[in-house]
Amino acid sequence: MFDQLDAILLARIQFAFTVSFHFIFPAFSIGLASYLAVLEGLWLKTGKSIYLDLFKYWVKIFAIAFAMGVVSGIVMSYQFGTNWSVFSDVAGPVIGPLMAYEVLTAFFLEAGFLGVMLFGMERVGRKLHFAATLMVAIGTFISAFWILSVNSWMHTPSGFEMGANGQYLPGDSWLEIIFNPSFPYRLVHTVLAAYLTTAFVVGGVGAWHLLKDRANRHARKMFSMAMWMAALVVPVQIFAGDMHGLNTLEYQPQKVMAMEGHYDSYPDGAPLYLFGIPNDEEQKLEYAFGIPKLSSLILKHDPDAPLAGLDTIPDDEQPPVAIVFWSFRIMVGLGFAMLGVGLWSLVARMRKRLYDWTWLHRAALVMAPSGFVAVIAGWITTEVGRQPYVIYNLMRTADAVSPLDAPAVATSLLAFVVVYFAVFGAGVWYILHLMHKPPHALETGVKQGDTGPIRTAGITPGPTQDPIDQMDQAVVDIKRKEER
Amino acid sequence: MDLTVIWAFIIAFAVFAYVVMDGFDLGIGILFPTFDVGLERDRAMNSIAPVWDGNETWLVLGGGGLFAAFPLAYAVVLPATYPLIIAMLLGLVFRGVAFEYRWRDPSHRRFWDAAFTGGSLVAAMAQGMTLGALLQGIEVVDRNYAGSWFDWLTPYTLLTGIGTVVGYALLGATWLVWKLDGEGQAHARNLGIRAAWATLVLMGAVSLYNVFLNAEYAARWMTAPEIYFAAPVPIITAVIAISLLRTLKAERHSKPFWLSIALFFFGMAGLGVTMWPYVVPPGITIWDAAAPERSQIFMLVGVAITMPLIIAYTAWAYWVFRGKVGHEGYH
Ligand code: HDD
Ligand code: HEM
Ligand code: HEM
Repeated sequence: MFDQLDAILLARIQFAFTVSFHFIFPAFSIGLASYLAVLEGLWLKTGKSIYLDLFKYWVKIFAIAFAMGVVSGIVMSYQFGTNWSVFSDVAGPVIGPLMAYEVLTAFFLEAGFLGVMLFGMERVGRKLHFAATLMVAIGTFISAFWILSVNSWMHTPSGFEMGANGQYLPGDSWLEIIFNPSFPYRLVHTVLAAYLTTAFVVGGVGAWHLLKDRANRHARKMFSMAMWMAALVVPVQIFAGDMHGLNTLEYQPQKVMAMEGHYDSYPDGAPLYLFGIPNDEEQKLEYAFGIPKLSSLILKHDPDAPLAGLDTIPDDEQPPVAIVFWSFRIMVGLGFAMLGVGLWSLVARMRKRLYDWTWLHRAALVMAPSGFVAVIAGWITTEVGRQPYVIYNLMRTADAVSPLDAPAVATSLLAFVVVYFAVFGAGVWYILHLMHKPPHALETGVKQGDTGPIRTAGITPGPTQDPIDQMDQAVVDIKRKEER
Repeated sequence: MDLTVIWAFIIAFAVFAYVVMDGFDLGIGILFPTFDVGLERDRAMNSIAPVWDGNETWLVLGGGGLFAAFPLAYAVVLPATYPLIIAMLLGLVFRGVAFEYRWRDPSHRRFWDAAFTGGSLVAAMAQGMTLGALLQGIEVVDRNYAGSWFDWLTPYTLLTGIGTVVGYALLGATWLVWKLDGEGQAHARNLGIRAAWATLVLMGAVSLYNVFLNAEYAARWMTAPEIYFAAPVPIITAVIAISLLRTLKAERHSKPFWLSIALFFFGMAGLGVTMWPYVVPPGITIWDAAAPERSQIFMLVGVAITMPLIIAYTAWAYWVFRGKVGHEGYH
């Protein structure tokens, strides 16, 4: 019933599913870890309790997102062996060490200081606690550094030799492998993407509470901080994306052809298609609508520059155009929508109406999940655009797969889908529940439940004066009694 | 000593660190249903909440390190034990999120507690069975796994799986003896004694199985130089076992935990002797699977620099949360 082709397809779907799910959490936790470090730093510097309150508000959300990032990440580190064992064997000598460095320099750092960051405030004092928060934030960045280096190497391999046994072996310099041509662009673009994802979530939550209560100081503060990020970082991100695209044009031209929907070559200026239905079979963009010469202007800085199209690429070396074409448009579209919100907030700020314009708040609320969508769309552009290769121009995805039977992969794929939707669905629900509560003064931190007469030493902050939390506490106490 | 041997020891160290550190986390998960709902469970959970993530990271180092230092082994073992690995990963997903979720949702706490136990149990069982599958040998042709996808399921792997579950329970119980007091501690002591007996019986069973059913392994133990190692091991193990049972009964606090670790250490050292010099018995030695020298050196530099730091800050994190859980005055 199944043949080998199905096993490959299933393995790809499984990898794409698990990695896309995983990346949702880092996209948020990289930015949020830095945001928490900023909040705590501001608190230490200014002594204003509003920053501590915001820290405690977001740290509870961070704890859940981080836990989901960790467990889905562990799955990823084994997916290479389970699904792409041939790839692991041949590419292991080059990319394995980079991933080992990620574990040694990033994962241990994050995990080692996470406990202190979440539960240790009372035990280590403010300064050391701040140091722990910084370590977690730095750890998330280092993690992005290494894994993106690995990923970029697969897009633009460099600095390697071929071994007699078919393995890719490291050449003279590791720097050439680590800083492969697309890596700097990908690192900048992805880390900024994580910051923007977080900024729009924070802004959306702030906006939601402003819509309910315009006077809420805490909501105002987070909204204002997030809108600064949006106004300042989105333009940088668009610029970084443009640079990234130019780099891709140099090293992976057929990916750019697919992103642009250029089936044909344009000897004197290529149009920028805004819309069209890619048809791989006929090698034609149907219902195309575009702006003449703009693509050449963007990519070559000259409206009349010639651009080659997919007609110069053999059919079996082309990526599936429709997916790349559309995911790219989703990302760029969202990038410009983000830019719009950022500029709008600047206008509001100049007119001193940042907390009054409800339409701005509504827009920010709608845009809250935009970062996640843009990030996944961006990765799909990047990864599908690389097909049919797993190591660009060198190893085909079809040759990388493990010798597994289709039913085995199908069963595990089903298990992943069911478990991920149930478990991470629940986690997202808990996060939304926390976001739904308004931020307020004397926020409590991560609460580890021990609500009886004896509390866990140092783990829970001192008794709370906050009526909302006391109410929660009372509910918990009653439930606890019923359970006994 | 050549680099490949050094790397074999580094990977073995990572696996050992994982087994004892996440072992006690998973063990607590396995024993969780025997604790009273409420304070006892909360405290058991809180005793590991700040450290479990760091403990689990050793698994990533074990897997990632294997990928980097012995790519061929990684590429053969994972497809060969595919269903076990997937089960372990999914078990760890449930176990990991339960730490956060159970506090967030009191009305479903029962469910997340069950997920905590189920996840820990599945992960421990799968790890033990993976070890068994490795020891019983994996069929390889042309650098690829060549068996069928149920080769890993045998009476032997079931035995190693159950042995691991019980051994983790011992680690978890003795950890709780250390971190709890009062009734919770008495309860943990009780569990510890039972788990200790069960662990000893199963360790013995696995050893006998290795010696009697696998002629090659038996031969390896009975010839020099292994025999010099082989002879004292049962004696040392017996001494440790007796002290462990004694300290558990004698109201000691941290000793039983350290002795359980020692027991695991000798168990793993024994396995090391059994497997040496194969990383994937019966065909692939550590030299067959090793990454090229450049990769080994590059990573060794990283390990030499970061490992002391990792151990230092991990120790610090444990020290910050030292003392009995739930005692005022330990701030
Ligand atoms: C740009 C960033 C990025 C990307 C592309 C990936 N990850 Fe990730 N990963 C992180 C950024 C990150 C992080 C920010 O460091 C996480 C997210 C949440 C967390 O807890 O740490 C993490 C967690 C995380 C963990 C758990 C670490 C722990 O125990 O603390 C593992 C094993 C991986 N990842 C492995 C992978 C693999 C094998 C990937 C590729 C397929 C991958 N990640 C893509
Ligand atoms: C976290 C962000 C990432 C996302 C969302 C992502 C997404 C995807 C998607 C959707 C595919 C499927 C493409 C296709 O089959 O048509 C894919 C393929 C692949 N990606 Fe990524 N990826 C990410 C990061 C990485 C990283 C960091 C690596 C390597 C270290 C990687 C390695 C691979 C490999 C080996 C494939 C080929 C297998 C396949 O075609 O499915 N990816 N990825
Ligand atoms: C509007 C302007 C933008 C442009 C011109 C742009 C450009 C690009 C290009 C060309 C790629 C593909 C790189 C490759 O060849 O592999 C890419 C990938 C990606 N984009 Fe964008 N982008 C923009 C906005 C955004 C925004 C707003 C986000 C998220 C908040 C984002 C997130 C990503 C991610 C995560 C990737 C995949 C990783 C990578 O290859 O860097 N992008 N982007």
